[in-house]
Amino acid sequence: MSSAGQPPGTLLSVEDLRVEFATPDGIVHAVDGISYSVAPGGSLGVVGESGSGKTVSALTLIGLTQTQGATVSGRIMFDGRDLLAASNAELRAVRGNDIAMIFQDPLSSLHPQFRVGAQLIEAMQVHRDIKRQAARDRAIDLLSLVGIPDPRGRVDQFPHEFSGGMRQRAMIAMALANEPKLLIADEPTTALDVTVQAQILALLERLRRELGMAIIMITHDLGVVAQIADHIAVMYAGRIVEAADARRLFSAPQHPYTWGLLRSIPTLEGPRGIELVPIPGRPPSLIRRPTGCHFHPRCAYALPDHKTIDPRLVDAGAPGHVVACLLDADQRAAAWAALRAGQSADEATAAAGIADATIAPTEVAG
Amino acid sequence: MSAGEPLLEVRGLVKHFPISKGIVLKRSIGAVRAVDGIDFEVMSGETLGLVGETGCGKSTTARLVTRLLEPTAGEIRFEGRDITHVKGASLKAIRREMQMIFQDPYSSLNPRKTIGSIIASPFAIHGLLTESGERKKRVQELMDRVGLNPEHYNRYPHEFSGGQRQRIGVARALALNPKLIIADEPVSALDVSIQAQILNLLREIQREFGLTMVFIAHDLAVVRHMCDRVAVMYLGKIAELAPSDTLYSLPRHRYTGALMSAVPIADPELAGRERRLLTGDVPSPANPPSGCRFHPRCSAMGEICATEEPQLRDMGHGTFAACHFPITEEEMPALLPMARESAGGVE
Repeated sequence: MSSAGQPPGTLLSVEDLRVEFATPDGIVHAVDGISYSVAPGGSLGVVGESGSGKTVSALTLIGLTQTQGATVSGRIMFDGRDLLAASNAELRAVRGNDIAMIFQDPLSSLHPQFRVGAQLIEAMQVHRDIKRQAARDRAIDLLSLVGIPDPRGRVDQFPHEFSGGMRQRAMIAMALANEPKLLIADEPTTALDVTVQAQILALLERLRRELGMAIIMITHDLGVVAQIADHIAVMYAGRIVEAADARRLFSAPQHPYTWGLLRSIPTLEGPRGIELVPIPGRPPSLIRRPTGCHFHPRCAYALPDHKTIDPRLVDAGAPGHVVACLLDADQRAAAWAALRAGQSADEATAAAGIADATIAPTEVAG
Repeated sequence: MSAGEPLLEVRGLVKHFPISKGIVLKRSIGAVRAVDGIDFEVMSGETLGLVGETGCGKSTTARLVTRLLEPTAGEIRFEGRDITHVKGASLKAIRREMQMIFQDPYSSLNPRKTIGSIIASPFAIHGLLTESGERKKRVQELMDRVGLNPEHYNRYPHEFSGGQRQRIGVARALALNPKLIIADEPVSALDVSIQAQILNLLREIQREFGLTMVFIAHDLAVVRHMCDRVAVMYLGKIAELAPSDTLYSLPRHRYTGALMSAVPIADPELAGRERRLLTGDVPSPANPPSGCRFHPRCSAMGEICATEEPQLRDMGHGTFAACHFPITEEEMPALLPMARESAGGVE
């Protein structure tokens, strides 16, 4: 997935990124050697549960974890610049300008005592020499671009006068103020109703098409990521455990954790009342991570030596598809074929020919 | 699940929160019509889902039914008995029969109390199991039942993860052997893998204890998974009430159709599907639109919609919808390409 240097046709490339936080309890390995790249105008979905490192890795891109005392190593190349080597002043010039970020909770990201328009104008004036009146006109244009009705009236209102969906639109307008090349959206629709979520996702998709802006979408919702991402990376315990083209990831997932995610969500179609298959246990501590494959204590397909061998990302049989699983390709294919046919994990291990060898997932209640 | 007698009946339930102006001379200048005349019943042993967007009145309904809020008008009957205005000892007795599970497992547990005393508090409140050791034994049975280690009896809430805390909430709700459980967004704060664990637990205990459940959520897929019948609410009214299987294969109210169409589907093959997105926001419940409350956002709006409020009508297949121009079967494939022929799908 990654490559040395920054080949043409890559906007962002992250190589072997590690982020660690020293705490009184020990070192938190929040991000543990991840690599990915995003093409100009491309979209990457990063999926994982709380504590999988997806937000920390995104914050690190714009230098926001370094200020929190994190130890960061690796390489982040953006548009020809190494962001990890950049000075604070250089980072400030990138942040909110070439790379913009929107967060889950729009109310806490907007200043309650300033008018929405003033905050948009500030976002522009920080990065460019623009007259107040021109900036105000552009703020109105931006509000109308993101679909806020009556932008001329709304520009002088305060955030509390906006509904949740409109605040998120205002945040997106602010992120777009300087025509970023990359928009990082961290759970942008999680706090919103499903109807508003659909509007925001459609808006992001339209902006990507019209402005040629690349998007990194961080979410725990596989439905959201299926809507918007071309390429998907699944994170677990600070690592990318599987990455593939979106269609490929949903049609031929290779990692037992990805299978678990896909099988644990209820759907709108198909027969009703079938048991959901949860992933047993819960995400591990990032201080004392399980040995070997970090997923082995929750994995129905783990073999005894998976407790000790640390899996690396390997090719998974399609361009851009990589997986960090110790099962061999045939075993994975057989297990997923069985799961897809609606069989249980036990039947799937039998299909993969490992039924007698697996170590049972440790019984811990989530 | 046998649909028996109605355990809970709600008729014409209304809750208006007054909006007042002035500090010394307070005067009422209007009302937020959070719940504005709803009727439904919950049969013994069934799960009724309440879905809708923020501000549609689903949580207010839950609080009215559990008598945490005083209704403005209407009637609530529990096991045939009018409980709308009961007070004191009889209210306390009613509350033994109905318990709530809350959305946020972090704020619904007292951080200074041990898990043991949190789960035992219903016994303390109702003066049950007073003999020494009895409470602890019962609490540990409950902990075991919901998948918590009974040895963790003396631990504090902060020592547990979100999913485990929600299990504590379930154990507390089960303590008094209630007949009705009202679960208000019980899984929306949890990670997906944990969400499935809690949903499965709720279904198991429902079967085991013969519970009746009102399940409130905004996630349509979760509601479909859990509920026998679903009431879709919009601005304090029930827009549609239907059996799950019918609702999801043939929604009749335009609002239900729009909600379903908005759900993101975990399948990139369908990502490009043509979707009818609702525009605008939910209007203010202080000043709801005239006629059909959904008409300003509706694609099939006719003249009558702005003037006459539609009533819930029987649309066949057990569906009741309050819509002047309900979705027809012919329209369905275009509207909801993912709703396959699951119309006949039974549990």
